Amino acid sequence: MRQTERGEEHLLHEVNWKIGGVQGEGIDSTGDIMALVCNGLGYHIYSNRVFSSRIKGGHTSAKVRIATRPVAAPVQETHVLVALDQESIDKSAAELNAGSCVIADSGFKPCLPSGSGATVIALALTALAREIQAPILKNTVALGASAELLGFPLEEVQAYTATRFGRKGGKVVEGNAKALAAGAGALRQYLDEHLGGRSPLPPLAPGDGRQRLVISGNHAVAMGAVAAGCRLMATYPITPAYEVMDALVPIFPQVGGAVVQMEDELASLAFCIGAGFAGARSFTATSGPGLSLMQENLGLAAITETPLVIVDVQRGGPSSGLPTKHEQSDLLAMLHGTHGDAPRIVLAPGDVAEAFHDTVLAFNLADRLHTPVIVASDLSLGLWKQTLEEADVDIERVEIDRGPSVSDAELAALGPGGFSRYAWVPGGVSPRSLPGQKYGQFQAAGVEHNPKGNVTEDSANRVRMMRKRAMKFADVEDLGVPGLVYEGPDEPELVLVAYGSTSRSVLEGAEILRAEGVTVGTVRLRVLAPFPIASLADILGPARVALFVENNFGAQLAGLVRFHGLEGRLAARGRCEIRSLLKFDGFQFYSAEVAAGARETLKRPPTQPGFGPAEPFVMAAGLTQPVLMSAI
Amino acid sequence: MTTMRGALEMMTTTTVADWKTSAPTWWCPGCGDFGDLSALQKALVAVGYAPEEVVIVAGVGCSGKIGNYVNSYNMHVTHGRTLPIAMGVKLANPHLKVIAAGGDGDGFALGMGHFMHACRRNVDMTYIVMDNQIYGLTKGQTSPTSAPGFESKSTPEGNVEGAVDPLMLALTAGATFVAQGFTGNQKKLQAVLEAGLQHRGFAFINTFSPCPTYNKVNTFDFFRTELHDIDEDPGYRPNDRIRAMQVLLQHRQLLQGVFYREERPSFHELLPGFSEDKPPVNPDWQLSPALWGKLLNLYR
Repeated sequence: MRQTERGEEHLLHEVNWKIGGVQGEGIDSTGDIMALVCNGLGYHIYSNRVFSSRIKGGHTSAKVRIATRPVAAPVQETHVLVALDQESIDKSAAELNAGSCVIADSGFKPCLPSGSGATVIALALTALAREIQAPILKNTVALGASAELLGFPLEEVQAYTATRFGRKGGKVVEGNAKALAAGAGALRQYLDEHLGGRSPLPPLAPGDGRQRLVISGNHAVAMGAVAAGCRLMATYPITPAYEVMDALVPIFPQVGGAVVQMEDELASLAFCIGAGFAGARSFTATSGPGLSLMQENLGLAAITETPLVIVDVQRGGPSSGLPTKHEQSDLLAMLHGTHGDAPRIVLAPGDVAEAFHDTVLAFNLADRLHTPVIVASDLSLGLWKQTLEEADVDIERVEIDRGPSVSDAELAALGPGGFSRYAWVPGGVSPRSLPGQKYGQFQAAGVEHNPKGNVTEDSANRVRMMRKRAMKFADVEDLGVPGLVYEGPDEPELVLVAYGSTSRSVLEGAEILRAEGVTVGTVRLRVLAPFPIASLADILGPARVALFVENNFGAQLAGLVRFHGLEGRLAARGRCEIRSLLKFDGFQFYSAEVAAGARETLKRPPTQPGFGPAEPFVMAAGLTQPVLMSAI
Repeated sequence: MTTMRGALEMMTTTTVADWKTSAPTWWCPGCGDFGDLSALQKALVAVGYAPEEVVIVAGVGCSGKIGNYVNSYNMHVTHGRTLPIAMGVKLANPHLKVIAAGGDGDGFALGMGHFMHACRRNVDMTYIVMDNQIYGLTKGQTSPTSAPGFESKSTPEGNVEGAVDPLMLALTAGATFVAQGFTGNQKKLQAVLEAGLQHRGFAFINTFSPCPTYNKVNTFDFFRTELHDIDEDPGYRPNDRIRAMQVLLQHRQLLQGVFYREERPSFHELLPGFSEDKPPVNPDWQLSPALWGKLLNLYR
């Protein structure tokens, strides 16, 4: 993306800025301010962090991708690194290149790894901060220096921090303004004294001036719930899902709702089932360990046909696994978790706009089909902030569908005992009554039941009830969202397949490959259950290789498509092979890694029939080339 | 849906027949649970609810079948999870009368964690435990309320564990209504249930509900002989937690009646911005663009 290598005075269209230091030093909020300032200037941003499962201490960093076009995935390179300690430089060494600038606190005598070629700009960040007010302002001094380096107008940055810190009083606002000015001044002085007044970084092209929202997937889910008329959230705090709760705690009291913190995830899901039975829209958000605890009650919602929405923000598993790191390894638990046959819907948003819309859709589908709906988020989608067009979350375009229900008049006509909650109807979704409706009384039993809701072990009834609950999911095309989105040529050589935040790394990876002349298409899976296997087979049929890109060790998505018979469908159409590119080191794919994996798989000859599935390639932090699973 | 009225504000006239269903009972002849069912139906008539405004959330086990037999909205749920499900019902629509019911295994084995939290939260609901000191449906294993030394299929040499004391636990956990009844004393049990149903807050009622098939120790005769009545003490006032604990300890919990009752706002009444007039079951489905814009300010 960066164009300085050509030695011409280009405008940059993308800069990756990063700040690193010790957890608890305000690194996150400095990153947030940078992201919001850039948004104020009309740039698109994508902002991510590295953090650990501790409150204070340990290395942490925040990175902001600043671009003149929409961006929704992380990149490896860092163009401007603000280092508050040496560890921040050491940990980011692989991200720096010859054009990178490191703004470092001169207090610790910054040292670059040999041969990095980056430019160090050592500024007295802490000393300047102490002169103004307090050492804590060193981040703000660094922000001022960064803004100057990127060519941002100082007044606009000052105006933003004045708004942000206005509530803390004039002294704080004044201190921030001074710190920003001090940082900008120090940077200018450094360039004058050491680099002949010339910036090592070409100027960033101006933003379009449009104000967007800066929001994470977790917050987008929360706003989707509010827009959908959900007024109850029952939850147990868990990384990385607790931000959904954080978002709603101040909002729900304004609209007559409540966030209820339960004693565990069993209780959280149980609460939602009760609320759903009573007719309210309610949901829970959790991560892998919580999802495991919810499994039994998920089956209760399925067999009682109670609307239910769960948001699973996946993290590294199993057990406590990597609680602060990214993974997509809950797939099979989301699709098949709980004992018995318990069909459900699983939606897979890939960016913040989809996280908002899928949450609204989840509530509508839960009501339309009387079913559990899981929104499959992941740590990267959940936590990292992106710019979002306000038109994408226009409240006047949100539609509410409460699904089939029985009216008071219909119940009155049926009289006492006349209503059959689980009547056998075409399509399987029998209208429901809500507690409070006269003559609508019924039993919602976790035990098998007849159309009236009465418990029965009758075999013929059992068979019909199983079919009733399954047939609701027969038509995947009618869900209000396409099962998948394909972008690419009709006859691609390679198709990259992914869901969730990985799908955005894949989109950008495909751009790199196209520039190299590869005929590549991308499939973003939007619905994981019911799985759009027919559409997928149609798209993959003409291709040579389908590369399933996912963040887990066991190639769960590739396994899922085999379970659905993709290999047989492909064999009937041509030669397309299913291969995997995996990453399970706790981090999302960079687009460059997707491209590298794709190049490697295209080099390999077709797998001989009868030799089993191709061995997966693995990417990991520190690997520059994908390696075969057996080699790691 | 119908507009609900406050449960205590208006009486609906019903008969016991209005609270019956056509489902045949699956309990053994002589089961104590028949007594719980009958007393509950009579109490519902007396307190003046309508069947459509009552939700019974029942657990797994013999006792969990009680919802099948009461004409009401009923959930027959997962083992041990009645209380959080009942809480969800209440928060969704506070106009409903919510009753959770289950056995000693359901409530004090799997459900113990939820029980403690329900007590301290003071959600407005009635929790009826049908305690037979044994697992009946799985044909006779020791339960959390079985006494030490109790011989059963799972403890043929005698129970080596101590017994859970639900009343003391409820008192220490902050329950605002704590009572006990016995299915062999219908009049008393009905009175206790009526008081519990009328209590605004978390009402816990433990009921001795003998299992004639598998528990040959805690029988109807056992309770008729051993059980005392708190009302035998004319000076007893159920307004002192410490006093309640003392009398229960003195009588080894073999007491019936209302031991403790306290009036304080229930859970949903304390939630900021939460209104019975606009409950989550019936919110403003379409937010105004002005309010929406205000909420989005957080992300600008």
